[in-house]
Amino acid sequence: MGLTARPDRQLVSVSPQSQEGWVTTKLDFLVNWGRANSLWPMPFGTACCAIEFMATAASKYDLARFGMERMSFSPRQADVLICAGRVPFKLAPVLRRIWQQMLQPKWCISMGACASSGGMFDNYAVVQGIDTIIPVDVYVPGCPPRPEGLIYGIMMLQEKVKRERMSDERLRDELEPDPASKLYIPPEAIDELSEPFGNSVHQTRSGL
Amino acid sequence: MTAPLVVPGSADPASTPATLRAIPHRGGALNPTADRIKSQFAEAFVRAEVIWGETNVYLRPESVLDVVRYLHDDAQERYDYLSDVTAVEYRDLELPLQVVWHLRSLPFRRFLRLKAELPKGTPLSVPSVFSIYSGADWLERECYDMFGIVFEGHPDLRRILMWEQYQEGYPLRKDFPLRGRFSRSEQLRQALAAQPESRYSMTELTIADAFEDLPLEMRQRLAGGEKTGE
Amino acid sequence: MVDEGGRVTTLEAPPAMEPELEGEHMLINLGPQHPATHGVLRLVLELDGETVVRCIPHVGYLHCGFEKIGEYRQYNQIIPWTDREDYLNSPGNNVAFALGAERLFGVEITPRCTVLRVIAMELSRIMSHLVWLGTTCIDIGAFTPFLWSFQERERIYTLLEQWIGARLTTTLTRVGGMGADIPDGWMDGLRDFVRTFPKTIAEVDRMVTRNGIWVGRTIGIGAMTGPDAVNAGLSGPLLRASGVAYDVRKDFPYLDYETYDFDVPVGTSGDVYDRFLVRMEELRQSVRILEQAAARLPDGPVNVDDARVILPPKSKATSEMESMIHHFKQVMEGPRPPIGECYVAVESPKGEKGYYFVSDGTPKPVRWRIRPPSYVNLSAIPRMVEGHLLSDVIAINASIDIVMGEIDR
Repeated sequence: MGLTARPDRQLVSVSPQSQEGWVTTKLDFLVNWGRANSLWPMPFGTACCAIEFMATAASKYDLARFGMERMSFSPRQADVLICAGRVPFKLAPVLRRIWQQMLQPKWCISMGACASSGGMFDNYAVVQGIDTIIPVDVYVPGCPPRPEGLIYGIMMLQEKVKRERMSDERLRDELEPDPASKLYIPPEAIDELSEPFGNSVHQTRSGL
Repeated sequence: MTAPLVVPGSADPASTPATLRAIPHRGGALNPTADRIKSQFAEAFVRAEVIWGETNVYLRPESVLDVVRYLHDDAQERYDYLSDVTAVEYRDLELPLQVVWHLRSLPFRRFLRLKAELPKGTPLSVPSVFSIYSGADWLERECYDMFGIVFEGHPDLRRILMWEQYQEGYPLRKDFPLRGRFSRSEQLRQALAAQPESRYSMTELTIADAFEDLPLEMRQRLAGGEKTGE
Repeated sequence: MVDEGGRVTTLEAPPAMEPELEGEHMLINLGPQHPATHGVLRLVLELDGETVVRCIPHVGYLHCGFEKIGEYRQYNQIIPWTDREDYLNSPGNNVAFALGAERLFGVEITPRCTVLRVIAMELSRIMSHLVWLGTTCIDIGAFTPFLWSFQERERIYTLLEQWIGARLTTTLTRVGGMGADIPDGWMDGLRDFVRTFPKTIAEVDRMVTRNGIWVGRTIGIGAMTGPDAVNAGLSGPLLRASGVAYDVRKDFPYLDYETYDFDVPVGTSGDVYDRFLVRMEELRQSVRILEQAAARLPDGPVNVDDARVILPPKSKATSEMESMIHHFKQVMEGPRPPIGECYVAVESPKGEKGYYFVSDGTPKPVRWRIRPPSYVNLSAIPRMVEGHLLSDVIAINASIDIVMGEIDR
């Protein structure tokens, strides 16, 4: 009862912005502006989302106004990996290797429901979200997302790029997935979690 | 343009194909081929039935190749087009596994379904029809990949849709759960370790110019079917 | 070699400028991530210099377990999956699936639904051929037709969006009918498209068909003879370019296709150029069918009046007990077909597309098999590329018109 003593906490927060001078801020602005407006995409297009990506790149929704018309199919020359489409387990090492071949600075857009979470393919064959393999910056939902949706996702990425700071030392580190993370759930637990949502993992009502 | 070489409907030029209407569930017209198979291959023929206008002929598994060769070569049959090779496993696990062939005769404009039943507990193998239809190549490989049915006589029967070291089983079998047998993390770990692009088969490796430089013992191991990187 | 009509028939190789060098063969891996493989296809090529000696294709990089999932879903719930396998031909797949399911159920669709489905299939054929056209032109080096064909696709997208709400993955049909009837004024939009689309075909024709680069890169490349093609199970424009006039719409008709007046283009040599010409002509023939279908669309209900398969209208389901029970059973359990099996094939833009259903009387199929035309078509690629140059491999692959979603399912 009464007042309890406040625990002794560190009240000083260090923000990268406060460590910078005027030159670094202006340099950041210039570099980020350059990067955000010329993100060369690496279209890792597998399925239907790739067709909507092509439609976004075509005349009506034109990606060229974002500086993204130069599709780089070589990961060495690309800035942003747009994973458009479902990624089965057989393709997972390929995606990982393509990501590792890209040079920093690099970003990733997970386009569509299947790339973000496995989508409608909750089965033995499909990776349940590419963020289990590579680090993702922007998730664009949709099946497939409309070109306007993809463009919104790209603009969100541009916002993210523009907020980057050179003084942030950890920014360009290569991220590896953490095997100890809680993503790894055994099949019995997954089935138990999804039971209330119908019998979509049973062939008959008796549970085969 | 010169006249085409294979003409659909050439065996019966007067026929005018039409959209099928009011097809009975059972008891429609039997494809005349069924009777001819019954008379020519009495031991191979098990039974025939008509469901939704399509004739199903059940054969003994070991005699499928002879019947198919007859259907392909005979002038009255001329089933020159293999549409599909697949398999069906029923939910009642006592029922046998069925291997299904869909054949079309383009000159006679006919469709026939052949089936062979493989009881559970017996080795799941049927003859391959690759020697008659080259289109059976990938269709039979997929059937093997998904069901584990061995097609004897197929030149290169290995997994096609899953990677060759896939260990979870045969996905389309009824005892294989929808989400697979392993946990998600284990599936991901196995998939990332599989690296199918860095494992070249014997066929591919003989091409590479470094093959002659490999040690003899390694070449022998590769000739025995082992893959690189294992 | 030029024939009397001035048309180029064969090309002779230029005289060898370099001495014959003894070399070793090279192993090249094309894919699975590659701009020109039309999806995640991996081709392992053995090259003697630039010439392909052997080709070993690897597929399965897009295998997503469609057929397995089909066993865990009711028939109407499977229709969204049919959009995603051959995603360039979504309305066509929806129609094919509905035809198969309706035969399995023993349900006859209404006349209005029949004509609407023909319209959907032909629009779908045009959509798919436009992607083929755009991507093939890009692969061989011409960029502009890609933009033109996608602009035309946008017009079809608008029509489909007005009809069913979705652009690409449409889920257009239901067992026994359609997801929605066309809105008022939609037919004017269709007629407008049909009137102006031939101009785009003519523009691409003017730019590409007699272009020296195009002709030089496609004539004599990747030919298959007719009997070989039939034996390999090829279908669609690939088979017809080799001289075999097998078109499922003509030989095993469905949706009253025998009452429409259209031609099926057939090639002679089966090379890449003939496949190109066949598909261009199919675009024009599809326009013809669309004009006829638009002229004959009857009034009437679009869904069959069968409470076993079609949901009753909301007004009845909330007021009448019987309709409420039907609605409940259909949503909770799903429509039950009788025990049986059937195989229904349609002419998709890629070839003979078939769905094979096996039912044991329960709402979910025992087996749902997709007969993929691109899968069988692609299996013939080793024969087609042997002896050609590496850049021809790209042209041949483009001419087969594959969709990896359908190949790997």
